[in-house]
Amino acid sequence: MTYIAKPRVFHPSLEKNELGLTRRDYEGVMSTLCAGCGHDSVTAALIEAAWELAIPTHRAAKMSGIGCSSKTTAYFMSESHGFNSVHGRMPSVASGANAANRDLVYIGVSGDGDSLSIGLGQLCHAVRRNLNLLYIIENNGVYGLTKGQFSASADMGSKSKRGVPNEQPPIDPALLGLSIGATFVARGFSGDKDQLVPIIKAGIRHPGLALVDVISPCVTFNDHVGSTKSYAYTREHFREAVEAAFVAPKDFVPPADEITADIGSAEVRDVRMHDGSVIRFRQVEGDYDATDRDAVYGYLRERQNAGEVPTGLLYVDPESRDLHDVLGTVDRPLWDLPFEELCPGSEALDALMENYR
Amino acid sequence: MEPTNVGNPDYYHKVVDCQWACPAHTNVPGYIRLIAQERYDDAYMLNWESNVFPGILGRTCDRPCEPACRRVRVEEKPVAICRLKRVAADLRGDVTPRFPDIPKQKNGKKIACVGAGPASLTVARDLMPLGYEVTIFEKNDRPGGLMWTNIPQFRLPPEVLWEEIDYILDMGVDIRYNAPVESMKWLLEQDFDAVFVGSGAPRGKELRLPGRYDTDHIYIGIDWLESVAFGHVNSIEENVLVIGVGNTAMDCCRTSKRIGGTNVKVMARKSKPYFKASPWELEDAEEELVDIVENHSPTEFVVEDGVLRGMNFDIVEWHENDEGRLVSTKLDETFFPAEAVILAIGQETAFPWIEDDAGIEFNKWREAVVDRTTFMSTREGVFFGGDAAWGPENIIWAAEHGHQAAISIHAYCRGEDLRKRPPEHMNLVSAKMGLHEWSYSNDYEYAHRRKMRHVRLEERLQSIETEVEEGFDIEQTLTEVERCLNCDIQTHFTGSLCIECDACIDICPLSCLTITHNGAEAELRTRLTAPAENEEQDIYVSEALPQTSRVMVKDEDLCIHCGLCAERCPTAAWDMRTFDLLKPYAGQDAEHPYSGMGIEEMSPGGFVSVTP
Repeated sequence: MTYIAKPRVFHPSLEKNELGLTRRDYEGVMSTLCAGCGHDSVTAALIEAAWELAIPTHRAAKMSGIGCSSKTTAYFMSESHGFNSVHGRMPSVASGANAANRDLVYIGVSGDGDSLSIGLGQLCHAVRRNLNLLYIIENNGVYGLTKGQFSASADMGSKSKRGVPNEQPPIDPALLGLSIGATFVARGFSGDKDQLVPIIKAGIRHPGLALVDVISPCVTFNDHVGSTKSYAYTREHFREAVEAAFVAPKDFVPPADEITADIGSAEVRDVRMHDGSVIRFRQVEGDYDATDRDAVYGYLRERQNAGEVPTGLLYVDPESRDLHDVLGTVDRPLWDLPFEELCPGSEALDALMENYR
Repeated sequence: MEPTNVGNPDYYHKVVDCQWACPAHTNVPGYIRLIAQERYDDAYMLNWESNVFPGILGRTCDRPCEPACRRVRVEEKPVAICRLKRVAADLRGDVTPRFPDIPKQKNGKKIACVGAGPASLTVARDLMPLGYEVTIFEKNDRPGGLMWTNIPQFRLPPEVLWEEIDYILDMGVDIRYNAPVESMKWLLEQDFDAVFVGSGAPRGKELRLPGRYDTDHIYIGIDWLESVAFGHVNSIEENVLVIGVGNTAMDCCRTSKRIGGTNVKVMARKSKPYFKASPWELEDAEEELVDIVENHSPTEFVVEDGVLRGMNFDIVEWHENDEGRLVSTKLDETFFPAEAVILAIGQETAFPWIEDDAGIEFNKWREAVVDRTTFMSTREGVFFGGDAAWGPENIIWAAEHGHQAAISIHAYCRGEDLRKRPPEHMNLVSAKMGLHEWSYSNDYEYAHRRKMRHVRLEERLQSIETEVEEGFDIEQTLTEVERCLNCDIQTHFTGSLCIECDACIDICPLSCLTITHNGAEAELRTRLTAPAENEEQDIYVSEALPQTSRVMVKDEDLCIHCGLCAERCPTAAWDMRTFDLLKPYAGQDAEHPYSGMGIEEMSPGGFVSVTP
């Protein structure tokens, strides 16, 4: 770990966002992860995305469980709320927080150990409920904190640092999410922020659970030859299915203009979300349709069987309705309700009970 | 862009802005670290090696290093480099045992130096250890040249001056006082193998205006300062006008304030941004209640019956014309009363003692034609340096001229090619001490430049001998050494080790780093993490990286050498390495790079010596 504090000195031409904040205002404490950890790049991508979206730092809540990945939340937006919870239980705590205060931006950071083993049930039900949460899985295929045992996302045949191959099939978070009704599924790579930052921005603004699987190499235990989650392997097998950009409502540019303005010939398709924001897809694979769940599922199976790592904002449901919307809960956060409304007293309770007699 | 060749010592040298800006290339961050370790003798010797007069320069240097200081690019003010040099000199012990041995067996070559100023003294210091017999001819009864005659004692105490000059004279230099050289031809007939002319620029410029020769109360600044230094002049009238606004003018007005001038005005033709004096010398003069009057162009000395009454001036304003040249417009006229006027409007070389047929060519301004590389005149074996070569400069330039001339003289005496200069080398040693330990203090903290304390005004104006500056105390010293960003601890990149994890880019506090596709420099500069707009600063470009064939680009401009890139690099592709410029002096050649003035290795571990 690093003992040098990151100096509070900036590039004089550092840009400010519409809140007057620089990227440096979205930083957290110095990372204690291994030097070169992919998770630190995910942190940098989160900082960039939050800065670009101009999220007021006190209006966000960072949720995590246990593991190397779950330390990430300490390393960005130090002025935000945060809850570093129990192993695998981040979705439960996030559900409670979100139920009580629906106004905050919820950023959950978990890992393949936290979410695909001990917390797999939690993950699945958070996805089903479509909790309004950015759910990042920093996926490195190993338990780094306990010295590199295979995790549930390790690929068949991927070799441990000792050279022993994994012989159990992996749980793929993207395929899992698609099969249980996720409304936003993406996969990125910590080594490619150009792709990851727009995905995170779209995920933060997505009304529902945005499941983002990020291949984030463990530089200490899983970055060797034979590993399928190393920097080199991921770069060699990286395949971009579709390119996405989040367009805030006020920035919306009709696609026709952009096509003429752009030199590339790739087709652009806008998917308009509930809240008026737009996700702009630029086709990389000819007829890829990021709103067709079954086709996306088939595509992922096909490419993964061919040994590739398909990436991008793979699937989005424009009709997504989050948990509050489905349950018809009160519009305001609970702290904002007068006590009498929040707790109407025993007479109101009696009247309610009377309904069920 | 082609990958940057960091094997060329110039690349890393340029990153050390202060050292690059110093004419003598003094290892500034090196000596500042030694001061931080309380190794004052070592700090002094590291200075002495390159600039020869640390105690003198610590008080009087024109400080080309300070405007170049990297700190200016992240904060308002540079490190007080010059003041720290004085700290090293003030706190040193007896360093004489560390001076080079002077061989008893001489090499049989005899060198004559004209004038005992800093240039000649440097030539002597560089050549004496090689076995040369050096003779210095000095017209005055003591050495130092302009360091003695023109720098007032309240800025440079004589004991500081004599001590550092004696270090050189005690090497066995044959110095002849009261021995002005009156004929170059005579000198050439003597038994010398080479002649070095270090006679300075001793002629003050004249101001030929009406009334100039109608009174004896108009003085030439440098001559007047010399008379004060020798005690021939010890008073001046109450109302004094100093014409000119360079550093000599500052010395004249401040000296006047101490020997009788109560109302002293410095009259400048131009406005403040165009003043030639160093900003700190202007500040010191103003602190001593000297009026600095701008935009006044002198027109006439007003003399009545042989008595100086004052001067007439045009009040002017300046603007740039279409050709970008500054031109003035007269607004009004005015009169300033004065009983004495000091002219400090520049000085020039003068060689009345060099005969036209001595084989030394002069240009139309009567300046000797001197080769910029070899320092040799058009007559073989006659070398020039210091102010005598190309007109007035500063002491630090004279020292560097002396080094270069000594290299040439050594080559000349051995019949070698003067144009084949001994190359610079460098050492590059990893500063890594342990997993997270570095051999330098890399914490960046915002800290204001410490201000030099001055003797109280009433007290200092009493005597010309009271040194104004008190030197840094321990708190000031500790703060200033920590302000140094250690630019010589270089960020050294090995592309073949890079796995492109982005850790360095994410951590860099100044957004200096980018991994991107290569391109032409101008275009590449625009698409970095932060655009590299300062074109005086290089950008580093690596070879193609192994995984994606992109390149690592570093903008050297704002790097504060905190070492976080190396700290967060999993493969040690980034490393912090101490750069030590091995600057050649006379007697060192390509096969024998310089070994240092007895300073212990500053960084442990093996070292990599890279030749261009």
